[in-house]
Amino acid sequence: MAVNSQQAADRQAIEKIVNSYPPERRFTLAIMQDLQKHFNYLPKEALQMTAVHVKAPLSAVFSMATFYKAFSLVPKGRVILKVCDGTACHIKGSNVMIDEIYKTLGIKPGETTPDGEFSLETVNCLGACALAPVLVANEKVYAKITPAVLRDVIKKYQGVEQ
Amino acid sequence: MIKHQVNNPEERMILVCCGTGCLANGSGAVYEELCRALEGNDRYQVKTFAKATGCNGLCEKGPLVKIMPDDITYCHVQAEDVSEIVEETLIKGELIKRLMYRDPATKQYYRSHHDTDFYKKQHKVALRNIGEIDPAQVQDYLERGGYQALEKAIKTMTPEEVIEEVLNAGLRGRGGGGFPTGLKWKACAATDKQPRYVICNGDEGDPGAFMDRSILEGDPHTVLEGLIICAYAIGASMGYIYVRDEYDLAVKNLTTAIKDARKCGYLGRNILGSSLSFDIEIVRGGGAFVCGEETALINSIQGNVGEPWDKYIFPTEKGLWEQPTVINNVETWANVPVIINAGSDKFASIGTEGSKGTKVFSLVGKVVNTGLVEVPMGTTLREIIFEIGGGIQKGRQFKAVQTGGPSGGCIPEKLLDLPVDFDTLSQAGSMMGSGGLIVMDDRTCMVEVARYYVNFLAGESCGKCVPCREGISLLLDILTRICEGKGKLEDLDLLESMSKTIQQAALCALGRTAPNPVLSTLQYFRDEYLEHINNHRCPAGVCKELTEFYIDPELCNGCGRCRRKCPADAVTGEKKKAHEIDLSKCITCGECINNCKFQAVKVK
Ligand SMILES: Cc1cc2nc3c(=O)[nH]c(=O)nc-3n(C[C@H](O)[C@H](O)[C@H](O)COP(=O)(O)O)c2cc1C
Ligand code: SF4
Ligand code: SF4
Ligand code: SF4
Ligand code: FES
Ligand code: FES
Repeated sequence: MAVNSQQAADRQAIEKIVNSYPPERRFTLAIMQDLQKHFNYLPKEALQMTAVHVKAPLSAVFSMATFYKAFSLVPKGRVILKVCDGTACHIKGSNVMIDEIYKTLGIKPGETTPDGEFSLETVNCLGACALAPVLVANEKVYAKITPAVLRDVIKKYQGVEQ
Repeated sequence: MIKHQVNNPEERMILVCCGTGCLANGSGAVYEELCRALEGNDRYQVKTFAKATGCNGLCEKGPLVKIMPDDITYCHVQAEDVSEIVEETLIKGELIKRLMYRDPATKQYYRSHHDTDFYKKQHKVALRNIGEIDPAQVQDYLERGGYQALEKAIKTMTPEEVIEEVLNAGLRGRGGGGFPTGLKWKACAATDKQPRYVICNGDEGDPGAFMDRSILEGDPHTVLEGLIICAYAIGASMGYIYVRDEYDLAVKNLTTAIKDARKCGYLGRNILGSSLSFDIEIVRGGGAFVCGEETALINSIQGNVGEPWDKYIFPTEKGLWEQPTVINNVETWANVPVIINAGSDKFASIGTEGSKGTKVFSLVGKVVNTGLVEVPMGTTLREIIFEIGGGIQKGRQFKAVQTGGPSGGCIPEKLLDLPVDFDTLSQAGSMMGSGGLIVMDDRTCMVEVARYYVNFLAGESCGKCVPCREGISLLLDILTRICEGKGKLEDLDLLESMSKTIQQAALCALGRTAPNPVLSTLQYFRDEYLEHINNHRCPAGVCKELTEFYIDPELCNGCGRCRRKCPADAVTGEKKKAHEIDLSKCITCGECINNCKFQAVKVK
């Protein structure tokens, strides 16, 4: 029951997003971005409905989903850790942070922990290079991080109840 | 709504920097606290308002708060400081020393940021309004002379005269290529097809640069005005601003700006009573570096995968939906209203023979004053890094400055007196690119830097052509091998020959310029490659497999800082006695070497 009502709600959400744009090919990217924001990934059904709406072959929509960095075809974790790996952050040791996350959580960029708690992503310059290296955990920005700070941040989010 | 002027002596304006850097440091809370403190407070001699502005360029010192017209700048302001600012400065008129700008080198305090070396040597054209206005208020832009250039163009100039003016100004595209903007407009106007389009390229894919973001966030109307002037000049009916989706604030401020411009009659039908009808739409990019390339960007706007096409025919003839299209970079657009207002002569009086005007750089990395700077073309790298930038952090040694983004190059110390413009940078084996300046010190490994860029480009290659797709991954394999200590001497020749092939055979500029980071580091820093290969040593202490740190007992005074910072408990030692590193525990994170104030931690 619960599963079905969740499915219905998802379907409704997809319809609402897709229908908020005119049925033209050029709005494909915008629709997909809104879907990604809503679901944190692109459910298959969403891609199908997008393709029908903009009158494009599903393969075209699918290749856009894999081409653009912003999209994910698998669900992301509850906590999304984004380590900035723009140049300024990189030369100030962002790779040390990525290693550290791998050591504590066992995930590499693009991966999610098996319990669905944490995802790790790398992003390019966040526009806060003066604060390098920068970490964003669920939209909160952490400046000038060190391995020690990173451990505290992870602990903090591990402690947070759902 | 209360209208108030930006610089009215009868009123006091408190400008809180709410650019991305300052917001990350908590300026949002400062602004809210200030608004609360000012509300209903009648203890001030003059009316006092707070305004949230875009990035002031000195994010290192943020959050910044400026008090005008008193011209006081406070740095590192937190919400807790607001009541003190209100009591001491706004009411009693006293300066709060601990919040004043302090020069990191001379330790001197400054009342206003305008007097600091960081600002004095800058010349703001494209960034002229940012930090001074609330980007969400069209009124602020108008008070600083906004949309006067548009009025002038439409009411007193023919489209041909506008194009001539831009041509005479010598404006060259700020997005990387440096193509003369006026020529592009002229070519588009000369076609016989309608409709025509203008596009603003706000993709900013360079992974260490944020000047376009800062302009879009902090002064969106200047970009709109540039686009509308071009639309008038070339007879375009529709404009698109392609901006990265992650740039939330830019999208928000642009959306407001477009609405306001429509309300004021600068967009829509019969603009300012003329026959020009023109509107602008925002397209949010999907985050792919290659989409910054103009033909890929056009594909992306059309709702396709962002792959470039062969540019036998330029977009000025056959661009968006196969129609004549002018595409320029954000910063290029921001210069256009200035050229029309001040005249091409005045604009061209700044800069060098071949590159007119100013350039905005995002000055980042191991430099003291990290931030956005705008300087006349022809300013030397030394002036930018050592005078404006205040030199290298932590008193370390300068090694190189990387310009031009992922496909740029690394410039060594011996070329620091190079006057920076489009042509000199190309001659030095690098390029202007969009304006990233990444300063590197002796703790930056040049082989690893090359690997970083190549890795980035390998991930961004759209895969359409083989030399780029396969060639870049091959470069990456070799560089990774060298960084891991498995490199061979022959690898250097292989890197070079592979690079030459890619340069010649790749379809678009992404591929053709991808070998630049490799070639320029090989040219200037070959020693470092050789150290990795022959001696299995990374002199900068970055490549983990090749790095061992040790503490020089002669230099260590046992302050214990490294011990406390070490995340692996690898440092041992008693207070005031030389410390030691236990290599079996060390994870080569570099915290110890980064934090020792006595240069006692060394790379073996
Ligand atoms: C791989 C690649 C990435 C590019 N990225 C950008 C970019 O992020 N922003 C930009 O304005 N131009 C970028 N360009 C340059 C554009 O193709 C184009 O030349 C520019 O937008 C034209 O505007 P301008 O003449 O005002 O510089 C890129 C070019 C290439 C080959
Ligand atoms: S050079 Fe690279 S990015 Fe450009 S078209 Fe070829 S594969 Fe794509
Ligand atoms: S920080 Fe430097 S001086 Fe202090 S204990 Fe460590 S090595 Fe010695
Ligand atoms: S490099 Fe990192 S782990 Fe190794 S001793 Fe220094 S601080 Fe500790
Ligand atoms: S490179 Fe990380 S914020 Fe700019
Ligand atoms: S964001 Fe405030 S100075 Fe850059």
